[in-house]
Formats: sequence, structure tokens, C-alpha cells
Amino acid sequence: MSTVKLTVNGKAVAVEVEDRTLLVQLLREHLNLTGTHVGCDTSQCGACVVHMDGRAVKSCTMLAGQADGASITTIEGIAKGDELHPMQAAFRDNHGLQCGYCTPGMIMSAIDIVHRHGGQLDEATVRAELEGNICRCTGYHNIVKAVLDAAGRMKVSQAAE
Amino acid sequence: MGVEGIGARVVRKEDKRFITGKGRYVDDIKLVGMTHAHFVRSPHAHAKVKGIDSSAALKMPGVIAVLTGQQIVDDKVGNLICGWAITSKDGSPMKMGAWPAMAPETVRFVGQAVAVVIAESKNLARDAAEAVVVNYEELPAVADVQAAIKSGAPQLHPEAPGNQVYDWVIGDEGATDAAFAKAANVVKLDVTNNRLAPNAMEPRAAIADYDAAEEHFTLYTTSQNPHVARLVLSAFYNIAPEHKLRVIAPDVGGGFGSKIFIYPEEMVALWASKKVGRPVKWTGDRTEAFLTDAHGRDHVTHAEMAFDASNKIIGLKVKTYANFGAYMSLFSSSVPTYLYATLLSGQYNIPAIHAEVVGVYTNTTPVDAYRGAGRPEASYLIERLMETAARQLKVDPAQLRRTNFITQFPHQTPVIMAYDTGDFNASLDAAMKAIDYTGFAGRKAKAKADGKLRGIGVSCYIEACGIAPSKAVGSLGAGVGLWESAEVRVNPVGTIEILTGSHSHGQGHETTFCQLVAERLGVPISQVSIVHGDTDKVQFGMGTYGSRSAAVGLTAILKAMEKMESKAKKIAAHALEASEADIVIENGEFKVTGTDKAIALPMVALAAYTAHNLPDGMEPGLKESAFYDPTNFTFPAGTYICELEVDPGTGKTSFVNFVAADDFGRLINPMIVEGQVHGGLVQGIGQALLEHAIYDANGQPVTASFMDYAMPRADDVPSFNLSHTTTLCPGNPLGIKGCGEAGAIGASAAVINAITDAIGKNNLEMPATPDRVWRTIHAA
Repeated sequence: MSTVKLTVNGKAVAVEVEDRTLLVQLLREHLNLTGTHVGCDTSQCGACVVHMDGRAVKSCTMLAGQADGASITTIEGIAKGDELHPMQAAFRDNHGLQCGYCTPGMIMSAIDIVHRHGGQLDEATVRAELEGNICRCTGYHNIVKAVLDAAGRMKVSQAAE
Repeated sequence: MGVEGIGARVVRKEDKRFITGKGRYVDDIKLVGMTHAHFVRSPHAHAKVKGIDSSAALKMPGVIAVLTGQQIVDDKVGNLICGWAITSKDGSPMKMGAWPAMAPETVRFVGQAVAVVIAESKNLARDAAEAVVVNYEELPAVADVQAAIKSGAPQLHPEAPGNQVYDWVIGDEGATDAAFAKAANVVKLDVTNNRLAPNAMEPRAAIADYDAAEEHFTLYTTSQNPHVARLVLSAFYNIAPEHKLRVIAPDVGGGFGSKIFIYPEEMVALWASKKVGRPVKWTGDRTEAFLTDAHGRDHVTHAEMAFDASNKIIGLKVKTYANFGAYMSLFSSSVPTYLYATLLSGQYNIPAIHAEVVGVYTNTTPVDAYRGAGRPEASYLIERLMETAARQLKVDPAQLRRTNFITQFPHQTPVIMAYDTGDFNASLDAAMKAIDYTGFAGRKAKAKADGKLRGIGVSCYIEACGIAPSKAVGSLGAGVGLWESAEVRVNPVGTIEILTGSHSHGQGHETTFCQLVAERLGVPISQVSIVHGDTDKVQFGMGTYGSRSAAVGLTAILKAMEKMESKAKKIAAHALEASEADIVIENGEFKVTGTDKAIALPMVALAAYTAHNLPDGMEPGLKESAFYDPTNFTFPAGTYICELEVDPGTGKTSFVNFVAADDFGRLINPMIVEGQVHGGLVQGIGQALLEHAIYDANGQPVTASFMDYAMPRADDVPSFNLSHTTTLCPGNPLGIKGCGEAGAIGASAAVINAITDAIGKNNLEMPATPDRVWRTIHAA
């Protein structure tokens, strides 16, 4: 057993876990943050993507202990109160989700994609960058639309800040 | 239609919880005192279970119990059943091999459970499962459908000699032979329809909670049809009578058919919960999904189509071997028969059809309905035949289809189905225009100059949806009726709850079903809630599959709405001292037509519940229910055209354009309909280019993770160009045909027709991987 200290969605937490505990288990089972999902166990599907120190990581593929001292943001932590993150709003407005299971990971990956490309995105780039996130419902058409839409919205909201 | 009524592109009500991480899936639920199950599964495709030694596992920390197949048999939990009886051509019933929830004596596919460990945590259960020692005696195994029917093949079930489930026929053999005898041309084709793993993104899961004082079970499960689950668990598996079993299917992360069926894991969780006296949770991992979720497709077919001298089809002969896997899953028997062979007429006037389907056991995961279920196999076969015929007869493939389209409705096919309406030329025209079909030759020449092989492929699909008229399916062997139920509750303050037996696992019912209410009453959808997925809340329902929720489920809601409105009008007329016949409903008010007299819905509802001043003899309250049984299947149809390029150096396919022109009848929410088509198309494209659940000759699965099974990813597929042509379905009052499966049914033929057009060789099996395409291009 070890104590892992980290910041999750802006709150400092210390959790005593078995050493083999994965980050996703810490989030789901110890902190009850069940928005982060497990879809494949082999780092392929991306349903478990969260941000660690601002970068997208697959939380099913790292030990909780590896996140010691890090700042983690999950899908539950990106809206400002009732105000949705522009990526969340874009997924809703473009019907970028159906069953919702891959959606948290998609949104967290997509925010990272927009950040890394400074909002300079086209369809081919979005499709290539979404390689690590699998959706079985939408056929990706509306997810791609949502990410491109959000890239524009995020530029606008950054400019306003 | 109003801003939120029928036809409006309303954003989904359910989205907020999903985009904020507040969805509630089975694995998100924790119960007090909950234990965790992990199954011990067979590593062998076929073996005798000679003994199970649990002693080491039982000594491990946190282990509560190790339960075995013999115990579940001893406790008289019923064997799994197939609920659709099919009769072979010799009059004998289908041969159902016994399938206990955990195998006491013989395992017949890799992944079949033999025991379960119940422990304090998931990790501890998994650790202990590895310490359970099972002594297997390996038996010869067979995975391939054609190998399994050969004499001398390993035999799976004593009940099924020769591994044959059934040998079933449909159509008029004599008339078909006569047509072939006078044919000017005969086109022949051998087709394999590759086995697929459904892979809903949420793995299956179950939490069972037994209350000993009440002798009552609660099951949280990933189900597309919780009432059907309760019925089967009660009536056939002896878990508990229906009033002592509550089944809840909360948010479910995709189904595509795979979550219709009641699986061993739910049965074992329920049984184990009573045994250990605590709640039991099981959540499958992805490899367990590959091993145990019912697979789809897996047909081997030889077909011949006869044409007269004017290129009209005069006959069709089909022989199909359908791989059932090791056991008959819940609806497996209907898929390669009544959901497949009844669609073999496609969009075409074919006077004589004869089809024979041989169902075969193999040492593989059971096969059952997967998005489209039988209809993709039929559509793929017919559309590959049409393309092959066009090439052989040297006519334009679109024109050959046009020559043979059914244009008069209703149309009785020779294989049971009576198509009610459609306009196949309209969808073909729309798709050809959208892709600039006439300009293709120029584009192909230009691509050739760039060293690329460009091809175009047409697929004109039809499906039978709105499943299904109970009497009709009953006459064909179904063990259930396929109506739907609904209840409309208007609360005293005028808000509305719709209870439905349909189940949403991505389809957006919480929005579209409200749109019907908004359309009829003129109230905002924010005042309406949809209640589903809980057998304690909704009286009954048959669930969601077969593109039935709008055509059948929403029609049941309409019927209940009509009853409620009729009563509400009486109350309004009484309050307004007007004639009931003069009351109209507009913008949430009951108005006396032609006057300014009106009473708002909340006042009518309040009057119904205070009951101070109701018409004489009227019962208080404002709540109505309805059961709706459809009168016919519905027949969504359309044309998909795919244009792509093949790199002859690598065999890699790149999409240039993909257009879809669908006729779904009336659309409730076009945004959601488009989403359904996008998703279906990618499942069809996935089958054509990427996906294949492969077994080696010994029955070992080769593709049991996302590392090995190629799921379509964003950069494998294009954006789509969609359009709709509309003929309203005459079979239901809303004119709806259904849209959930079309993409998966029609897409794969368009892709393979396009690739084979590009490379100039007709024979190419799915999935058309670069390796396979390259070899086909360069084959002598």
C-alpha cells in the first residue's frame, strides 16, 4: 500500500492504494469520478483519457503512483460551474455523441489536440490525431465536426480572456 | 412542426450528463457490501472438464467463494435457450445443444466459463481465479463452418449429429429450377460474409443483489431489453418469478444487438448473490467481450442468379452455411433464416427464389444478431450479385438495377415479405446525382494518369424493420410477441412522463420521444421526461433492436397520447362549457375552435386530479397506456455509392466520396437520424475493409483485443454526404420506417463493388485489407 498525493480537478487529495492500482481505478473506485471509463484494457480505445499536468494521458495505462504529485483533470473538471467547456458544448451541438461511453475520453483528447495545434486544425489532422480514441456509435463524422467547431470556439474564448 | 416538434433538429436532452461525466453505467454503480466476480474460463476450444481444484484459491485473501458449473446445475438453474423455433426441411425441429451457464462437463469454445470466484475486490477475484486449477482433457476442435460439416469432423453436441443445427429452406424450388432452365444468362458467385465482433464500447456488466427477507432480486445489467431479460431469467432460467426480480438497464454504452441476449454472466451473478448473501458485481474486460459477446455474420454462400435476354432477373438460388458457434444464442436461429432469406429479393422483381440455409455448430463463440442481423448478409449477397451480373452482361450497374427495380407497391416477394411502399428509382437518382455518377469516367481517367486505380460501387439495399407483427413472427416460430407498450402520465401540475418499453443505449429516445409530445401538445420538451430501462417503473416492453423503437415504440406512445388527449379534451370541454368536438390542442392549451376560450394543460391536469368538477362518471387522473402491435414490417431502403482509389503499389484503399440516399419515411429528428446512418455506415465499412473475428483451425481466437481486431478509427473512414428521399410508411400512423441499421446493411457492398471496379477483378473477400487487395491485383 502507498499513499498517492495528487490534485484532481483542482482539489488536493491523498489516497491510500495498493501499489498495483491504476490511475483510472483511483479515479473511479476511490474518488468516485466515474466519468472516466475503461473500454479496452490495452491503451487502444481512449475512453480513459484524462489530463495530467495539462497533457492527455490514458489513465488505464499508468499506475496511480506515477501520478503522485501531478495535477489531474477529468471530464468532471472541465466545465466552469454551469458553463460547459467549449469542447463539451461543441459535442452536444454537433451531435458528436450517441451512447456517451467514449465521449469523456474523446472530449479530453480533443481538448489536448486543439491545444497542441494552437487551434490550427483541418479534418485530416483531426482524424489522424483521434487515432487513439475509438467510437462505435457515431462513425466519427460528427465528432470531427465537433472538434473543428470547438477549435474555433476555443480560439474565440482564449482571445476574450 | 414547431421548434421542438416532429422534424426539428433538436439537440439531445440526454447529452448534458454524458458530456459532463455524469452518465450512470452499470460499472459506475456501487452497492453496500458489494462483492466482485471473476470467471475462470476455458483456454481450450473443446475439452472435457475432468476436475476443478479450488483449494488454493479459497485460501487467498478476500476470497468469499469459488462456485462451479456442477453447482449451478445442481441448483437447477436452467440451461440457456434459443427462443425462435426453426424447422428443417425434413420436418424435424432445430437441434439445440444443452448450454449450462457454467460448463460442468464439456467446454466448447475458448472463453466458456467453468467456475467463478467471488471476492472482496476485482483484483482479488482475478488473482484467485488464476489459482483455480482446472483439469481439462482436450478434444479435437473445429472452427470453420465447412470443415465442421464434413464427415469425420469433431462433433460438438450429442443432440446435433453432423454438427447441424438445421437445414432450412424457403421459396419455390420447382419454379426456380424452371426459371434457370430457360435463362439467357446465369451469374454465379461464392461469397463469405466475415465474422464480426460487435464491440459496443461499454463492456457488458452486471450487479446482482439478493434480498433474503423479501426473496427478491435486483439486477443492474447492460441490456437493450430489460423486460425480456426478466422474462427469460424467470420463465426459463428459474432465477425467480417475475414479481421477485427487478431488472434495471441504466445508461448502456452501445449495444448493436450484442446486449439483446441474456448471457451466463448475469445468471451466475444472480445465483451467486443468493449463495453468498451479498451483492455481486461482474464487469467484463475487452477480451472477455471478444470471447463471450455474441458475434455477428459468418456465412459462406453460393448463389446463382438467372437473367432473361432483356437482363431481367427471372430466378435466384442461394445456399448458405451459417456458423452458429458452439451454442444457440437467444435469437440466433432467426438471423440466417427469417431475417436473411426473406430479404433475398432485395429491391428487385424476382419471380422465383429458392434458398437453403444450413446452420452449423463450431467450437467458436456463439453467433447471433449484430446490427442488421441477416439483412446485411442478404443485401451484401444481392448487391455483389448485381455488380457481378453487370460486369458479366456488360451493362451499367446502375442501369441493371433500374431495369429490375420493383416499382409497383404493395409488392409480394416470393420469400414472405410484402413490401408496402418505396421509390427505389428516387434514391438511386439522388445518390447518382450527389456523387456525379456521369462524371466518374473522367475522374477515373485522371486518377489513372496519377497512378491510382479509381472505382465506383453502387449498393441498393432494403431491410425489414419495425420488428415485428406478433402474429406473423409467431407463425414463423418466434417465442415472443414483438409489440411495444407505453404509458403517458400527465402530472397534476401538467408536466408529463412517458414510460416506454423501448430502451435507449445511444439512440436519443429521451429527445425524440419528447418531440412527439411537443408536436401534439405544443409544450416544450423540457416539460416531458422519458422513463425507461427499469422493470419496476415500466410495466412491460420488448426493448430496442431491429430499428423498432420509432416505428413500434413511438407508435405505442402515440396511441397512449391519443387516449390521454381524448380524456383531457372531455375535461376541457366540461370546464369551458363547450362541445368536446370543438376542442383543439395548441401551444399547451385546449381551445374552443374559432373562439378565444381556452384552458391551459396544467389546469386540465389539475382538474383531473382534484376531481372537483369532472364530467359525470369520469374517473379522476390523467394517465393512459397502450400496447401497439405493428401490422407489417417496415421497409427502409436506399442507395449508397462509394468512390475510392486503390494504390496499386500498396493495395491501400482511400475514400474519395461516399454518398447515402435513404428512405426512412418520416424523420422525427434528422440530426439523430443522420448520426444513426453515419455510425451504421462505418460499421459496414469496417466489415468491408478492416474487421474480422478470426479463429485458427483449432478454435483459438486470434483477434481477442483491440490490438488484434481492427476497429474502424477516425482516419480509416470518410465524412459522408447524406440525403433522404421519402415515401411514408403506410403501416404506422407516423409513417416511420426506422433508420438504425441501414448503414450497416448497405455500406459493405458499396465498398467492395468499388474496390473490385477499381482493380478490375471481381472476386475479393472481406475484409479487403491492403494485403488482400494487393494480392488480388497481382494474382495471375
